[in-house]
Amino acid sequence: MTDTPAPPRTSPLNDRHEALGASFTDFGGWNMPVRYTSDLAEHHAVRQSAGLFDISHMAEIVVDGPAAAAFLDYVLAGRISAMKVGKAKYSLVLAENGGIVDDVIVYRTGEQDFLVIANAGNRDAVNEAFAAARDAWRPDASTSSAVVDPAALRVDDVTDDYALIALQGPEACGILSSTPGVEITGTALDALGYYAWTDGTFDGAPLFVARTGYTGEDGYELLIPLAQAAALWDAVLAAGKPDGLVPCGLAARDTLRLEAGMPLYGHELSRDIVPAQAGLGRAVAVDKEAFVGKGGLSSVPADAPVLVGLVSEGRRAGRAGYSVLHGDDTVGEITSGALSPTLGHPVAMAFVAPAASALGTELTIDVRGTRIPATVTALPFYRRNA
Amino acid sequence: MTDLTSLRYTSEHEWIALDGDIATVGITDFAADKLGDVVFVELPGADSAVSAGDVCGEIESTKSVGELYAPLSGTVVEVNDAVVDDPSLVNAEPFAGGWLIKIRVDGDLPGDLLDRAAYEDLTA
Repeated sequence: MTDTPAPPRTSPLNDRHEALGASFTDFGGWNMPVRYTSDLAEHHAVRQSAGLFDISHMAEIVVDGPAAAAFLDYVLAGRISAMKVGKAKYSLVLAENGGIVDDVIVYRTGEQDFLVIANAGNRDAVNEAFAAARDAWRPDASTSSAVVDPAALRVDDVTDDYALIALQGPEACGILSSTPGVEITGTALDALGYYAWTDGTFDGAPLFVARTGYTGEDGYELLIPLAQAAALWDAVLAAGKPDGLVPCGLAARDTLRLEAGMPLYGHELSRDIVPAQAGLGRAVAVDKEAFVGKGGLSSVPADAPVLVGLVSEGRRAGRAGYSVLHGDDTVGEITSGALSPTLGHPVAMAFVAPAASALGTELTIDVRGTRIPATVTALPFYRRNA
Repeated sequence: MTDLTSLRYTSEHEWIALDGDIATVGITDFAADKLGDVVFVELPGADSAVSAGDVCGEIESTKSVGELYAPLSGTVVEVNDAVVDDPSLVNAEPFAGGWLIKIRVDGDLPGDLLDRAAYEDLTA
């Protein structure tokens, strides 16, 4: 018997992308737009005005019930129970050895209600990690054999019920405010802080509006039931057209997040990387009594490679997989790299030996046989004006 | 407007326009679309010799790196400096202003060059 890979899934907005002339790529098992016209033009639109991304491939998992906050404290690296209702938080799903299973955003939607957004390619891994943690979790140390009451904790993958649309860029607030049919019923958009969410409706359907994103710009991520997804996409695109809003694909999303120094699972993050190596030590509440991965974090060797930013001159970019050298010694490898569209010079993220990781260290990148000088620099490469 | 049916093509997505023994070489719109926005072009120097099928340059986009294969053997007689200065010409005008090099053909053309119909079949 031969294994044939499952055909890629298509987004609920697929017919919109085809009508817009998108080129597609397989990403995390989904056939998603890689660009509509020019990935550079899409990139610049997000920095200068706004871009609209279909990110429906991402996974949404609802965790609720009286035990939800304590369970998330156990299964995620951060202290989720300390979040205020209305806020969002970046967090990590860890393996027992401390390696990263996925990076997620958690939204506290109620005292006992949370929404976890995970990467498309890690949807199964996160669901498996949550199920395993539920079995292993002993919320009350005095009853070590206790199994969590099903009524106290519900974990529900609702990915297939929703589309997720990201509106990103300095004009995002104005565009969403002027989109016909969008009514904000919770905190007003202009009062909504970064990494917070508010409620709304669109054509009568519930609309979840989060001020989060993966571009380094201000913007929103909009969770909408499937039935209203295409109409919302159309309405936002039309409302933003006078401001220069364009649909954007994954190519622009990747260069935007790279400039913003944001990790991409499978590049900067993996099960072989612990949070501190990737500069994500702050995402781990190490003083929590028990959480998945805690035991593994204490046994990380001091010489484990660490994530750095590299900048070069010229136009030749180091790419994922290229070797990084210090003198004649190979000290690491690039995980993401591109000619930065905003900055006009090459940027890269790389894992290098700690001894070669100090800011200002002069390294070289082996670009297909040519040594290109590169300097260790602080992340992010690009920071928007507040 | 270039008459695409007058060009020859390679399976590596180069096009060739022959004028006497001078071959103008570029990459096709199909290749340019696949690469995405071209941001860097490295071409062989004028007077350098190239051999059919050998890598003679690189075309980098935001997302990837493409190699330029010499579609035939000969001597490079001209390099398109405009495309080196503004690589976006490869995307904007792949069959015109985005041409890459001109080669003085040495000997016979390779036998496996494609006509337009065969190239369209390849990329269909």
